[in-house]
Amino acid sequence: MNQSVNRKGKEQTASVHEPLFHIVKRDSIPWYKAWAIRVIAVLAALIICAVLITLLSHKNPLQVYKAMFDGAFGTERRIWMLLQELAVLLCVSLAVTPAFKMQFWNIGAEGQVLMGGLATAACMFYLGGKVPYPVLLIVMVLASLLTGAVWGLIPALFKAKWNTNETLFTLMMNYIATQIVLFALCNWAKDGSGVLRPMKNFGLPAFGPSAYFPNILVVAILTVILYIYLRYSKQGYEINVVGQSQNTARYVGINVKKVIIRTMFISGLLCGLAGLLLVGGTNHTISTATAGGRGFTAIMVSWLGKFNPLYMTLTAFLVAFLKRGSFNIVTQFRLNDSISDIITGIILFFIIGCEFFLNYKIVFRHKAKEAK
Amino acid sequence: MKKIVSLALTLILVLSCMAVFASCNEPSKNPAGEELVPVAKEEIKVGFIFLHDEKSTYDKNFMMGVEEVQTKLGLRDDQIIMMTGIPEGAECTEAALDLVDQGCDVIFANSFGHEEFLAVAAKDHPEVQFCHATGTTAHTSELNNLHNAFASIYEGRYLAGIAAGMKLNEMIANGEFSAEEAKIGYVGAFTYAEVISGYTSFYLGAKSVCPTVTMDVQFTGSWYDVTAENEAAKALIARNCKLISQHADSMGAPSACEEAGIPNVSYNGSTQEACPSTFIVSSRINWAPYYEYMINQVIKGEAIADDWTGTLATDSVLLTAINTNVAAEGTQAAIDSAKDQLKAGTLHVFDTKNFTVNGEKLTSYKADVDTDDAFTPDTEVIENGVFFESKFRSAPYFALKIDGITLVNEKF
Repeated sequence: MNQSVNRKGKEQTASVHEPLFHIVKRDSIPWYKAWAIRVIAVLAALIICAVLITLLSHKNPLQVYKAMFDGAFGTERRIWMLLQELAVLLCVSLAVTPAFKMQFWNIGAEGQVLMGGLATAACMFYLGGKVPYPVLLIVMVLASLLTGAVWGLIPALFKAKWNTNETLFTLMMNYIATQIVLFALCNWAKDGSGVLRPMKNFGLPAFGPSAYFPNILVVAILTVILYIYLRYSKQGYEINVVGQSQNTARYVGINVKKVIIRTMFISGLLCGLAGLLLVGGTNHTISTATAGGRGFTAIMVSWLGKFNPLYMTLTAFLVAFLKRGSFNIVTQFRLNDSISDIITGIILFFIIGCEFFLNYKIVFRHKAKEAK
Repeated sequence: MKKIVSLALTLILVLSCMAVFASCNEPSKNPAGEELVPVAKEEIKVGFIFLHDEKSTYDKNFMMGVEEVQTKLGLRDDQIIMMTGIPEGAECTEAALDLVDQGCDVIFANSFGHEEFLAVAAKDHPEVQFCHATGTTAHTSELNNLHNAFASIYEGRYLAGIAAGMKLNEMIANGEFSAEEAKIGYVGAFTYAEVISGYTSFYLGAKSVCPTVTMDVQFTGSWYDVTAENEAAKALIARNCKLISQHADSMGAPSACEEAGIPNVSYNGSTQEACPSTFIVSSRINWAPYYEYMINQVIKGEAIADDWTGTLATDSVLLTAINTNVAAEGTQAAIDSAKDQLKAGTLHVFDTKNFTVNGEKLTSYKADVDTDDAFTPDTEVIENGVFFESKFRSAPYFALKIDGITLVNEKF
């Protein structure tokens, strides 16, 4: 019904002046078409990158792509590194997702991860060797999760109580977290270097085929838990409703403030977990660069994955692959770091851009005439 | 709420379970000294791990050395692997192990925080040599294949300080300010021995030609932070500093000087291109001699020293060409003469007769040479009235606060 009215409207305007093409919203798109569009986007991105690489660095683009693939999958060690990168990034992405689904723009994951990591480091620094290892482990886990949660809770409380802007608030909290880490480092590193020596003996236990295996396992379990939580639990449903419309949520009797506070608590808690994995699991020390921008990359991973933990595994894999792959390009061909950023940027641009073609289609003039 | 609790509990459970598996840890390998075997020059592979890329003046300086030594030794491109942007964390261990996988015989890392992570890789691969700039633990480590290197850059700073002092003298002579107002501003990273040693030697160099000079030091709490360094330089200029120098790795301070028209003595390499009207001179460590030494030792199958200190004599400590548009007349001659004296050993930068601490001359000082958790002072470093820097260990250990230098902020 609606469509026919639309078409009539278009025909009328067409008789006055019909543009070369116009854009029409798609009602739905079959899955194979959607994937075809995505594959075309990636191929187009690769071709453009190839042209750029040839122009800028005079290298054979095929060799460059081979180097990219090698960087991610070349050796067993590189595969583990790829998985570790994927796991940590996915962990932060999972953390921000409940908040995003609720339309609460938590861009403070970087700070929440750092604070979680700092709590881990503090436990290792002050308690390491002084209390039995299992006690240290429990205290460390609790401390890091809670610290991350509190760092996420503060902006949520302000939002719920005074309706402050959470984007600015969470962003500012990042800077505070960075400075607190720096403050701790200046106090802990007595030689004044600002570098805390790794406390290898007090980290999380290692087991499995790689040092990264525990981190990967934890994040894999977390992905499933969060998928179930968001999709099938009552709380997941509440998050969804609050995200769609706060008024509707209020109307059906959902306590919006409570949902906001609870969700940000979980979001911060999971960021704290990422901090725990980074500091306790792999680095055994902390620096202001420990989060490494993952708090921001996670936003993209979460959006690209449509806030679905299973899709996010794919998008996190893509970002991790691009990171490891482009790093190898830079190393192997002795190029500038910027080249890897350019390649990553172009590929992501196309992937994000293709979302447009999944939602809209372009109708050209002669096609419209034929339709008549 | 119940769900949160159960979620949290599940996580804790999973993590606690790992404790059970802790006993499954692989046994650590014995770092027994492995026989050194010569490697053919055509087959040697050298790996480099750098903290940033060439956007940081610090890393750029290391990368320049790589190109120099590659040309000098005639190594092919595939014999040199440079990894840039490696953080001071587990990534450094992974990078080193990846370099081992690629067949590197010797691996060099350039940032202080890399050391312990490099040591992890060194322990697993006794057949590969691991060299580390600015580190402090190789001489006490049980690992035979971990080595530290640095240079007597305090001598370079001293010479650069002479250029600064001469410039101040010229400005005083021009009537721009009085001799008592001659004050240098210095942007430092952390209150770390390497930085303290650096600004103190710079100050002593300036004082050797301009006796009334004083100095303000402002720390940024970061080795590389363009904004913080820029702002620190501006703050120092606002405190009436007439000349600025820095020990931090970005272009922040030099560009603030160019903007304000304040002369600048740079570090890590010439910044003349970006700052043509304020750059005087820059001291830098030339890493090529060390690279050459470390590569040649591996080729010969000979041991690399635990601690290697480059000097003016090894060409490890260099000054860039002075910018004659800004530097005072006679600067080059004054630098050359002091350089000869330093080389001959007739002049010592940290001669205790040239400085006082709390108004008193120093007769004895124990430095923390052997790094331990508590940073206990362990070695007497003053001999015959001279504080011998970088003699007992390559990395600097001069950490005294001498008179004439004011620390604006000490929190870092």
